[in-house]
Amino acid sequence: MVLTSTPSEKAGLLEKSAVQGRSLWDDARVRMMRNKAAVASMILLAVLVFLAFFGPLLWVHEATEIYRDRVQIPPTLDNWHIFGTDAQGRDLFARTLVGLRMSLLVGVVATAVSLVIGVFWGATAGFLGGRVDQVMMRIVDVLYSIPFIFFVIILMVVFGRNIILIFVAIGAVEWLTMARIVRGQTISLRAMEFVEAAKAAGVSQFSIIRRHIVPNVLGPVVVYVTLTIPAVILAESFLSFLGLGVQEPLTSLGNLIANGARDMEIANWTLFFPAATMMITLFCFNFIGDGLRDAIDPKDR
Amino acid sequence: MIGYIARRLLVAIPTILVIITVAFFMMRIAPGGPFDMEQPMPEQIRQNILAHFGMDQPLWKQYVDYLAGLLRGDLGPSLKFRDKTVADIISEGFPVSATIGLLSISLALMIGGVLGSLAALRQNTSTDFGVVGFATVGIVIPPFVVGPVLSLVVGIYLGWLPSGGLDPRHGMTVERLILPVITLALPQIAIISRLMRASMIEVIRSNYIRTARAKGLSAGTVIVRHAMRSAILPLVSYLGPAAAALLTGSIVIEQVFSLPGIGRQFVFAALQRDYTVVMGVVILYASLIIMLNLIADLLYAALNPKVKYD
Repeated sequence: MVLTSTPSEKAGLLEKSAVQGRSLWDDARVRMMRNKAAVASMILLAVLVFLAFFGPLLWVHEATEIYRDRVQIPPTLDNWHIFGTDAQGRDLFARTLVGLRMSLLVGVVATAVSLVIGVFWGATAGFLGGRVDQVMMRIVDVLYSIPFIFFVIILMVVFGRNIILIFVAIGAVEWLTMARIVRGQTISLRAMEFVEAAKAAGVSQFSIIRRHIVPNVLGPVVVYVTLTIPAVILAESFLSFLGLGVQEPLTSLGNLIANGARDMEIANWTLFFPAATMMITLFCFNFIGDGLRDAIDPKDR
Repeated sequence: MIGYIARRLLVAIPTILVIITVAFFMMRIAPGGPFDMEQPMPEQIRQNILAHFGMDQPLWKQYVDYLAGLLRGDLGPSLKFRDKTVADIISEGFPVSATIGLLSISLALMIGGVLGSLAALRQNTSTDFGVVGFATVGIVIPPFVVGPVLSLVVGIYLGWLPSGGLDPRHGMTVERLILPVITLALPQIAIISRLMRASMIEVIRSNYIRTARAKGLSAGTVIVRHAMRSAILPLVSYLGPAAAALLTGSIVIEQVFSLPGIGRQFVFAALQRDYTVVMGVVILYASLIIMLNLIADLLYAALNPKVKYD
């Protein structure tokens, strides 16, 4: 967090705070908006998301359409093959958009899976404490020492390359750190007065976890989520690169990169565009995540 | 200390047992088996093959037999390579993977450590921004992009180095290892330089460093003798996760550069339903990760007088 700000900005802040109290989240928003890299990343990411979800509907070429007479042509404005075409003669721009859509989808859904498991596991362990906490966190420790990617590979081989399974498998791998973060936060929250008050008022433990603990650990969780999404996208691409991820006719950026790597000696653009799209996307998530961390918890740098 | 090691190893045993059990049954419920061929073979031959590998027994019996074999140190025969045992396959592939992994982590620790320290000592200068920028790029670009691009540019366009593949006749030569090692090390260099930077910044602000400066020690002595020693502690605790990341990364690296390592054999074996090879590799990697985590923790305790295990 850069602590320099122009006098006028400072005055603006002071004036605002004199008029009305500002919550933690207002503060965070102000700090976030001052972080240029994070704001630029949010705008760029919004554009990418829009392109990924609406682009394929609007673009002149279908991602699956095969032009037999236009195999592996370099990027050109003729016929609007602005990213060129691939080894089967399909428009690479359309395929990149569809691939990006799949990668984003996997990123969000698998992260949601890890979020649900991690938050409830961590919150329960941290809140109940004692022996339950010990057993639950020991399980997390044990799971940490398992080479998960091997299990994901076995899963993919065993059950076929099913998209739902990819979501669940990757989500099930990524929840461990989430559980640790949430547990740490919960333990410090448990001693707070409002939790004591709720306990004294006879609120059930489950309700306390749901109503008081979960909302209050949201900050660090949001930060970790924005950093988990790119990790998940990478994990899925890793599987796709090995030929174990999503299957044709569906495609993801990892798939496209794998094909591009195979064809790169004759058609390097088939590697370049999907790889660049993926890197830009991951950059955005990382900058947003870093920005959020600085905004929500400025002392933690 | 010895009690601590004993307890850690005691926890490791059930962990590995769980891993073995899950992997064993997961492979077996898979549709298809190692002996499914393009053309169906006569039933009698099929039965004979299954009986040869003990696969005509009930599943629980096979599981018990497998565990008994493990206790004798026997990983069993490969189901796909007629004349090879799992131990043969692992001992062929493991040296390749281990060499690449060790070289990568050494490279990453050296370069990452130096870059991180430089950035911390010149905080908020262009050096610092350069290192942080490089670290972000290194984390974001996946090895399966770096690998192909490097082998395309350095190997094919420039023709400086062989673009990939270990020639079995020449074994591992230096120039064939350079690109895979760099590719595998790059994300680790990025992570380690970030860790080093953060911890170095914290250390050089601490009181004992100010004292060391105040009593007139040279800048170099202060940094190398005093600051570095405690700044590398977070790196030591990162070694465990780094080992896991390297093992995962090597699967891709071996694929990209067509190296005959163990990660490549694992993917091949899983696709071919070579149950015993898959199990062997999973057990090897799980034990490695557990051992490396333990070593990292012990090293941490040895270097940090504040931590004591008992």
